[in-house]
Amino acid sequence: MATKLSLNLQIWRQAGPDKPGKMVDYKLNDVSPDMSFLEMLDVLNDDLLQKGEEPVEFDNDCREGICGMCSLVINGVAHGPQKGTATCQLHMRKFKDGETVTIEPFRAKAFPVVKDLVVDRGAFDRIIAAGGYISINAGGAPDANAIPIPKEYADEAMDAAACIGCGACVAACPNASASLFVSAKISQLALLPQGQPERYRRATSMVAQMDAEGFGDCSNHAECEAVCPKEISIAHIARMKRDYLRSVFK
Amino acid sequence: MAEEKAKLWSSVGKKALMAVTGLLLVTFVIEHLLGNLLLFTTDPDPFNKYAYTLMSLGKLLIAVELVFLAFFILHMYSGLTVYLSKRKARPDSYRKSGNAGNPSKKTLSSTTMIISGLVLLVFVAIHLKTFKFGPHYTTFVDGVEMRDLYKLVYQTFAQPLYVFWYVLSMVILGLHLRHGVWSAFQSLGLHHHRFTPAIYTFALIFAVVWALGFIAMPIWIFFDPLNVRQDVLNLM
Repeated sequence: MATKLSLNLQIWRQAGPDKPGKMVDYKLNDVSPDMSFLEMLDVLNDDLLQKGEEPVEFDNDCREGICGMCSLVINGVAHGPQKGTATCQLHMRKFKDGETVTIEPFRAKAFPVVKDLVVDRGAFDRIIAAGGYISINAGGAPDANAIPIPKEYADEAMDAAACIGCGACVAACPNASASLFVSAKISQLALLPQGQPERYRRATSMVAQMDAEGFGDCSNHAECEAVCPKEISIAHIARMKRDYLRSVFK
Repeated sequence: MAEEKAKLWSSVGKKALMAVTGLLLVTFVIEHLLGNLLLFTTDPDPFNKYAYTLMSLGKLLIAVELVFLAFFILHMYSGLTVYLSKRKARPDSYRKSGNAGNPSKKTLSSTTMIISGLVLLVFVAIHLKTFKFGPHYTTFVDGVEMRDLYKLVYQTFAQPLYVFWYVLSMVILGLHLRHGVWSAFQSLGLHHHRFTPAIYTFALIFAVVWALGFIAMPIWIFFDPLNVRQDVLNLM
């Protein structure tokens, strides 16, 4: 059986949206390497509650890497050190005994801190809303293969659609740009026949909303792709740019 | 029209503008190094003749210079707005910052574009003052009177401090090109699973070769292994 870990945690504590925050040190012993990162925080919060202290607020829901609720910047990297993994599926075996682990919220003007490690990612919902509808006929379910779609296109659209909207791309971007998220949402429709009628209008509206929310510009650092739990490629950002630039001439 | 203008200054539009102006400025950098190769010869005439040919274009040259000045200003302006919007988009920075590693392309080069850009702005200003608007020596080539820029270059690069500043600036130019060249393609939406890795590698090779080319020239002239300087500076 693997030995238990002792960790020095440095966690961002902030009482409310406009309150000042600071890093607070916590010592946590007997951490099982088989725990997930969020389970480790549950144990810390149990300790804090027993001591009569305020527990650390953090977002989570499904804890199986598909809902996009969990966040956290761990040791300076969004979703921590393991590639293609959301914080909820990161395990403590990735850390060393005696290690100092810093835990911060996703930092961006467009993601205001609600409390401690919880940020408001409502800006993403407003970008999705700006994308609008797609024109499809209502009524009975269509035949599965009525519209032929080349496999490569279907695959790439599925890769884009894997985006869980967690916002790690924004957190990791040196400019706090939302380009990877927005481009994934644009790409998943731009690659399919059903997405064609509103394709260019969708790209311009979503980009305009992204800018209005106060996200930064994309400088092509590609740090977003490296932290994305679904490993979504910046190739989608290029497609978003193509669609956007083409819309200028439409 | 107003809508088109808004699109140009959106996050996507201004990066496209930065990319186009950047690539056009790169064409100037390419041409400049090729012209500079004539400084490696011991004969001043070819370089002076090349400069004379360019200058004899007259109004056309001025027009080209103004166009490049416009590219330069637009490139700088878009760079500054990207930097300022980045500051605004994350007012509270991370207490601990990290790098996620491959496939990230975040490098020293990519994170210092604003600094390298500003250094290059100062460099270009000094460079123009030293050479274009510097002392006017004259020489005769095939009986034609022309400016002796070869002499001015040899005189300038006899100063160790000037050589040091020039070499440092060219290292910084290399850093700027390393991220800038590949990034321009991505900003224009030109991404391809096969070509993009090739463009990324090409940008590195191009940046290194071009920076070394520009660095070799002042060092060659400073150490002057073929003893050209004495002849050039004494020929009055």
